[in-house]
Amino acid sequence: MGDEPLDKTDHGTTPIREPAVAKVTIDKAALLVRLREIVTPDALLFDEEALRPYECDALSAYRRLPMIVVLPSTIEAVQAIMRLCYQHNVPVIARGAGTGLSGGATPVGNGVVLSLARFMSILNIDPEARTAVVQPGVRNLAISQAVAQHRLYYAPDPSSQIACTIGGNVAENSGGVHCLKYGLTVHNVRKVKIVTMDGELITLGSDALDSSGYDLLALINGSEGMLGIVVEVTVKLTPIPERAQVVLAAFDDVEKAGVAVGEVIAAGIIPGGLEMMDKLAIQAAEAFAQVGYPTDAEAILLCELDGTNEEVSEQILIVRDTMQQCGATEVRTARDEAEREAFWKGRKAAFPAVGRLAPDYYCMDGTIPRKHLPYILRRMGELSVEYDLRVANVFHAGDGNLHPLILYDANVPGELERTEAFGGKILELCIEVGGSITGEHGVGIEKLTQMHLQFGNEELVQFHAVKHAFDPKALLNPGKAVPTPKRCSEYRQLPTQDKECLSDHGDKQA
Amino acid sequence: MNREISKQLQQQVLAAIQRAQPLQIVGSGSKKFLGHLCDATPLEVSGHRGIVSYDPVELVVTARAGTPLRELEQTLADAGQILPFEPPCFGPDATLGGTIACGLSGPGRPFAGSARDYVLGVKVINGRGEILNFGGQVMKNVAGYDCSRLMVGAMGTLGVILEVSLKVLPKQAAEVTLINKVSLPQALKAMNHWSGQSLPLSAACYDGEQSYLRLSGAKSAVESARQLIGGEQHGDSNAFWQAVKEHQQPFFQSSLPLWRLSLPAHTPALNLPGAWFIDWCGAQRWLLTECSAETVREQALAAGGHATLFRGGNRNIDTFQPPAAGVMQLHRHLKQAFDPDGLLNPERLYPGL
Ligand SMILES: Cc1cc2nc3c(=O)[nH]c(=O)nc-3n(C[C@H](O)[C@H](O)[C@H](O)COP(=O)(O)OP(=O)(O)OC[C@H]3O[C@@H](n4cnc5c(N)ncnc54)[C@H](O)[C@@H]3O)c2cc1C
Repeated sequence: MGDEPLDKTDHGTTPIREPAVAKVTIDKAALLVRLREIVTPDALLFDEEALRPYECDALSAYRRLPMIVVLPSTIEAVQAIMRLCYQHNVPVIARGAGTGLSGGATPVGNGVVLSLARFMSILNIDPEARTAVVQPGVRNLAISQAVAQHRLYYAPDPSSQIACTIGGNVAENSGGVHCLKYGLTVHNVRKVKIVTMDGELITLGSDALDSSGYDLLALINGSEGMLGIVVEVTVKLTPIPERAQVVLAAFDDVEKAGVAVGEVIAAGIIPGGLEMMDKLAIQAAEAFAQVGYPTDAEAILLCELDGTNEEVSEQILIVRDTMQQCGATEVRTARDEAEREAFWKGRKAAFPAVGRLAPDYYCMDGTIPRKHLPYILRRMGELSVEYDLRVANVFHAGDGNLHPLILYDANVPGELERTEAFGGKILELCIEVGGSITGEHGVGIEKLTQMHLQFGNEELVQFHAVKHAFDPKALLNPGKAVPTPKRCSEYRQLPTQDKECLSDHGDKQA
Repeated sequence: MNREISKQLQQQVLAAIQRAQPLQIVGSGSKKFLGHLCDATPLEVSGHRGIVSYDPVELVVTARAGTPLRELEQTLADAGQILPFEPPCFGPDATLGGTIACGLSGPGRPFAGSARDYVLGVKVINGRGEILNFGGQVMKNVAGYDCSRLMVGAMGTLGVILEVSLKVLPKQAAEVTLINKVSLPQALKAMNHWSGQSLPLSAACYDGEQSYLRLSGAKSAVESARQLIGGEQHGDSNAFWQAVKEHQQPFFQSSLPLWRLSLPAHTPALNLPGAWFIDWCGAQRWLLTECSAETVREQALAAGGHATLFRGGNRNIDTFQPPAAGVMQLHRHLKQAFDPDGLLNPERLYPGL
């Protein structure tokens, strides 16, 4: 596949060539005829104008039109589509809301985009079992809204939660600002139904707390739409805490804020959320949302404490004290629910807010052991000067997940390339200190090169073998998440960028 | 005491590949009773031991697979931290590797999460004799497929675990256990009711006569929940839950076959003859019975769960409940992907795997 190179918006630099797999044995017209036997005409998009909205996800620097978009609304239709595509070697790319930030849902030119957008029903809410059964296209926030009447909510809350779908969340193992205490998607999903590439419907996990055999439920979480199409999800619901309270602490030095994060945890407290923003991010968020952030601070920490009333009271005192001892210039406790929501609103709007500071921004996502934060921030400052690009930092500080936002202008020739090089350096730094190239946004097509930093060839071969166990023809979301390893001749030839990368970093760094 | 012998273990696996000789991975053997007995050359991993890195403020510990669980838990306790999934040891020498391979979790599981929930990364030897690293030492990591959590509960059939990185948490400041004399239906109802509230509930079991609810958290929170729930306070909460976890309760001192039923927590009492011990709020039910495997499994399956012949009984049957055909096929494909020659713990989990 990959007859058509992937466009990098208007700048047409290095095209990414996808590996060659089995030849597609059906043409567009014939495939449309067959698809019309499965879905109604309104569920098929095939002319350029209609396909345009599907050409990219939120990593919009990479675009390509698919051959066909199909929007089924039943599991049987998904199965039939998969069987058809399997039979004719047609690549299939699942798509939720398209908010992915690593290009996971980027189409391939001779493939079908299978949109789950019409799977929008909440099938069952069981307050006693504290679970909800939902279709994959249900939006993350819609689940919490639907179960709020039972004083329950769905804990993982990505900043994109008003738009992103639960199917996409499972595919990316998405996190949010409350993961340190409440876990990622993988910790909050009980059961998933998937349709495999050959059209089989398979249930992973169960309504009990575990199932017998391999933990395939864990494996499907974060598999980036490469192992199966998620068609139903049973989520675990969490009781809404009796009380939640946010402490905002301002610091005149980013390193002091970094130390304070460690001290809160050393005091034996696991906050519901613990977020850091640097000066540029604070100023952008304040200008955007007017929530009362101290704009002269070098860094702020938002520390949310939740639980029973007594517990929260006890912990607020400890946290305030800790912040002060760590040199906070100001410590504020949200006076009421409105102020608490305002504090969070600023944080959750940080990406679009920073986005207003420049024509374009590039959101990075790496994790590090927290103790290396001061070093990473210092190096990032130096790199910002070196690459002559501004960078704002928002940080899930509690769990060491960095989101540097690099500001650039795509219309300035070379600036996108410089931005990507800068971003690549940041990921190298994460690996250098023992972290990961992605905490929650996934590898997609964005970080294929950096996968070679984190993994050696033997791990990459093992990943391909896992993929092969589910999808032997490699038709499901081809070319994503796992680059082609050096010695893996039975799989495919090397894409160009992998070759370049391998000569530099062929062997895994310690 | 601390020894790094991964290269030797790798040599042994490579030699086994050469000779096409199956291996039986042995930690301390404390969970030998679990699953099928596999009659193969032992690969002793208990010599590969010691904590590789531990920084309490990072909430992460990395240790070699042969590290005794007790030693690891002691090191954490010295820093005021715990393994929140409270793994049972079933013996004084249980190793970290065996614990993760079996994927067993203790009484805290329905509230704090399971063994797999706390695994952040592993280093393993696969059936091709390659040493592989998956996951890492950080809280969040979605690079590559999650092969670390896949090792949890795989009973050593996908790889020899060399090292494990786990998320750890601070020990709670206060703990209280409340006892109430109730019937089984009342106990199930109460446990599930309280679990749905914002309360510091951390364990809940029922021994056939009384329910036991454990509260853990800040002193003030535990105290107010104690007043709300009511009941007699247990004299030694810690010892009680230790005994539940390690199967040292009188209930478990029986020669009858012991079944473990994993069910949706609020499943009503099942109609199976025998004695019951209910843990995990009703989600893990221990049954001593002479009933046939078919009868037990039929009911577990109908309720949306599964049943394991945990100890005793006829070990010639599938001790672990085989999954549905499509899932079983994925098992075979994954086994092929990690251990193409079928050398690691053959048959330990399922026949033919
Ligand atoms: C402003 C902004 C803020 C964000 N904040 C966060 C955050 O805080 N935390 C976080 O983790 N992420 C965040 N994200 C990233 C993104 O929202 C998540 O990755 C989300 O889970 C993607 O869901 P989606 O429905 O949009 O999936 P899509 O973008 O449509 O797809 C993502 C991937 O999942 C696959 N996929 C989608 N649906 C299915 C399915 N049903 N079955 C199988 N595969 C499927 C696709 O093939 C693709 O590989 C943010 C994104 C934006 C734009």
